[in-house]
Amino acid sequence: MTPLSIPSFSYQMKVKVLSRNPDDYVRETKLDIQRVPRNYDPTLHPFELSREYTRALNATKLERVFAKPFLASLDGHRDGVNCMAKHTKSLSTFLSGSCDGEVAIMWNLTKHECVRTLQAHEGFVRGMVVRYCGTSFFTVGDDKTIKQWKMEAPGYGEEEEPLNTILGKTVFTGLDHHWQEGVFATCGQQVDIWDEQRSSPIRSFTWGVESFSSIRFNPVETEILASCASDRSIVLYDMRESAPLKKVIMTMRSNTLCWNPMEAYYFTCSNEDYNLYTYDMRYLDQPVTVHMDHVSAVLDVDYSPTGREFVSASFDKTIRIFPKDVGHSREVYHTKRMQHVICVKWSSDNKYVLSGSDEMNIRLWKAYAAEKLGVLAPRERQAINYNQKLKEKFQHHPQIRRISHHRHLPKSIYHQTKELRIMKEARRRKERNVRKHSRPGTVPVVSEKEKHVVTVVK
Amino acid sequence: MASAGEANVSVSHVEKKEKKQTPARYWKEPRGEKDGNDHEEDGGKTLHQEEPRPQTTKKRKQDESPAVGKKFISGKSDPFPGQAPIPEDRVQKFKRKDKTKKHRRQHYKLKAMITCSEEVSEMAQKQAAKFDLLLPEDAGFLEGEEEEDTCLISQEDIADAVDITAGAKYFNLKLSQFGPYRLDYSRTGRHLLLGGRRGHVACVDWLSKQLMCEINVMETVNDVKWLHSEAMYAVAQKKWLYIYDSNGIELHCIRKFNDVLRMQYLPYHFLLATASAKSFLQYLDVSVGKEVAAICTKTGRLDVMCQNPHNAIIHLGHPNGTVTLWSPNQKEALVKMLCHQGAVRSVTVDKSGIYMVTSGMDKKLKVYDIRALKPLKSYFLPAGASCLSLSHRGLLSAATGDIVQVYKDVWSTAATKPYMAHRTRGAVWGLHFCPFEDVLGVGHGDGFTSMLVPGAGEPNFDGLDANPYRSAKQRQEWEVKALLEKIQPELITLDPNELGQVDRATFEQRHKDRVEALGYDPLAQKRFIPKYKKKGRSSAGSIERRKKQVAHEDQRDIIRQTVEDKVKMEKQRNEREKKKAVLNSSRAALDRFKK
Repeated sequence: MTPLSIPSFSYQMKVKVLSRNPDDYVRETKLDIQRVPRNYDPTLHPFELSREYTRALNATKLERVFAKPFLASLDGHRDGVNCMAKHTKSLSTFLSGSCDGEVAIMWNLTKHECVRTLQAHEGFVRGMVVRYCGTSFFTVGDDKTIKQWKMEAPGYGEEEEPLNTILGKTVFTGLDHHWQEGVFATCGQQVDIWDEQRSSPIRSFTWGVESFSSIRFNPVETEILASCASDRSIVLYDMRESAPLKKVIMTMRSNTLCWNPMEAYYFTCSNEDYNLYTYDMRYLDQPVTVHMDHVSAVLDVDYSPTGREFVSASFDKTIRIFPKDVGHSREVYHTKRMQHVICVKWSSDNKYVLSGSDEMNIRLWKAYAAEKLGVLAPRERQAINYNQKLKEKFQHHPQIRRISHHRHLPKSIYHQTKELRIMKEARRRKERNVRKHSRPGTVPVVSEKEKHVVTVVK
Repeated sequence: MASAGEANVSVSHVEKKEKKQTPARYWKEPRGEKDGNDHEEDGGKTLHQEEPRPQTTKKRKQDESPAVGKKFISGKSDPFPGQAPIPEDRVQKFKRKDKTKKHRRQHYKLKAMITCSEEVSEMAQKQAAKFDLLLPEDAGFLEGEEEEDTCLISQEDIADAVDITAGAKYFNLKLSQFGPYRLDYSRTGRHLLLGGRRGHVACVDWLSKQLMCEINVMETVNDVKWLHSEAMYAVAQKKWLYIYDSNGIELHCIRKFNDVLRMQYLPYHFLLATASAKSFLQYLDVSVGKEVAAICTKTGRLDVMCQNPHNAIIHLGHPNGTVTLWSPNQKEALVKMLCHQGAVRSVTVDKSGIYMVTSGMDKKLKVYDIRALKPLKSYFLPAGASCLSLSHRGLLSAATGDIVQVYKDVWSTAATKPYMAHRTRGAVWGLHFCPFEDVLGVGHGDGFTSMLVPGAGEPNFDGLDANPYRSAKQRQEWEVKALLEKIQPELITLDPNELGQVDRATFEQRHKDRVEALGYDPLAQKRFIPKYKKKGRSSAGSIERRKKQVAHEDQRDIIRQTVEDKVKMEKQRNEREKKKAVLNSSRAALDRFKK
């Protein structure tokens, strides 16, 4: 095929000179793509590392350039958004309940518009959950009722009426539905387990506590529940037993908790002391990880469906995204207009984060700020993967680290963070001095994990 | 190539019957000498990806049969069972680094990460080695009849012997008017730039022999150099440095760079390094047009220069016989080597960055290992070499007067005879191997000669790096990509892989750097100054007493500990001695018989 390798035998010598046929290296017609012969010999590619480093640096810079996480603001509520619920079957449907607008709204996320509103309760809508089959949903409110609603809008001329209404004795503050059966749990002054068919709870748990703020079913070990109580404790229950399993009492009150959907023995609770704590259900005597970075009480937390990250909403008007086993956030989202964020959800396709805040808006964010949405061409996908690998490879180089870690923060949060750091440092210094001037062994070193747990009760 | 699988299969039931002798095929061994020996011979050379496992049980035979000599319905066996072997030398070619040593005390996650990355790199290495077998071109060669010197073969003979397109690569340009010529090939090897001493500058697409432009700058031309692509080139003229485009239009006159004698272009850094008669080494960033560094070498006229293509360090040769290595980040030379007794006439470095070849006025030609900075070989050339050039595949060309000699394997074996030789019409002024071609360009007093040197060029180019056949569109795309990954001049170091290594600077070293950068010592303890107290309590004596209270506070624990330890040791020793004394003093029953 190639006329280049013609050894000639004239003049009693063998000779071959490189002579390439251009037809092998140039495309035949204009309709073809260009030919690109490759040779991976390392000596033909000098400065491998420096070039890769430059590419990684460019990729990191571009990532920061393209980091535009805010997608849309869904307005329509007439008061602060108090609770939200993901649809279990449909990605585009989303439910939210407001503070005293007394409305539950269903959203179509792709169109960014409200599909349906209904007057659910008088006073706050406290909790909201979609049944596992996705055909109906439950709400609880300040008016001491639990209502079950159909997911479909009522037909023309029909009135908007709940499928079922249960009148409780006390105010309900939270609600969660079983993942497989027609059973749901509410919390208020006690934790109640309800059968959907009955109007009285099949089981009630109390443990010397007057009020609970949140209750969640374990997604894998489905009979197990966890709840946050107002006496600074987190209580675990088994639905099949009559008494609670155990509880851990912390130094401050936890607001909400969320189970890790993949490793369901882990759960993360959002605490009033600005931190989040990831606990192993089996060993409650100290948290697995303490997640710090918020500068005010953390109000809500939700795991990504992959179980690798979670998002938290805080009173300091920001939401933060934490890797599940890292102590500091990888991302912080804020806008000028977003007030105290009350509830937050991570969408089931792992791409979006929704946050509901005091100023009546629900905001739609990208879970990965620099991610390109939409269909990617194969080459685009390849380039993104390659850049991702490069960023990973060079992540510890100081220049790249500085760029990738930089986040702009509102002035108040920036200064508060600084102040907190100074306070913490001062406390540490004081403790060190106390230890120095006291008898050895009398002032033990307490790690950050141990600090926040008071006791575990079984 | 026989492998383990074949020996097993040959004793199967099909063979026993000897019903039908299949015709002998080329991959089969002759029947008589079939045993395990041949496998062992190959084992040294090839890496078997997967050793076919011996069959263990009948039950699993179905699963295993594809691995062990695939049986076809016809009863034939697969002559090449398992994955194709990869020659070890090829795998070695793509090896980046040795395996990391695993310490027992390493964290298990770190260990897992290291194993994972090693597996991936090994796979990449193997894949690259496999792909290497598919490269389309082979290198050129020249072999004479027995006991015939290849250096006696004339260029005309070679040109006649090879095919017509290759033969056309041997040509002479008779340019006696503006003589002696410097030359440069572009990175792809397609374009040739000629610069005559008396001002003639021409660029040619030398394969198609098309003249791109031809100008006379009406000034002395010291050196010419292509910039990143064939669209621009730099000309070092009598006074200043000029940049022209391929149509011969003057783009820039850079007055910061004066009296330039030699130039080198660093393609991945977009830097033009110039050496001037006033002993300045200057770096020009051609992508933004800024001077990156100007170093006064204080060594006189700089007319010997080359670059190390492996790490972008500039080598300069000096009249006192030294060769110095420079990077733009340091005002002093990185290395100074005394290479020759007389002045250095020419320096060149091979593309792997291991060997440096120098020639001097002492008529010697020396080969150095510049990683170890040690001499390897020394040759004596009766006429002395004025110009040196190394090809991609390691051929060395040396110009002695008007004769161009090409040597093979100068660093591995002691070369006694040149591989090729050619006499030009005038004294040689510039030598340059054409990249990716078996061609050596010679600029001399009477013009330019393009010589055929079989085996000089790298046969397989990489299309994304330097593609001789690229179209305008491809060139544009390459230009954008190359500019995006322009390496910053700060990254030029002797070892280009330093960036990937862990910085194991000691604490003291890092602390010293920090102090230097900050201007003060952040860890220094403040001197304790006692508060001023009234009522006579700040007398000199009480101040001293208060100072004493906090003196050496940080070391007190250590001192206390050591004192305690000492006391303990002393106590133990005393006890031991006491015991010994007691033992010695007590007389045993048999001691009474002792004298």
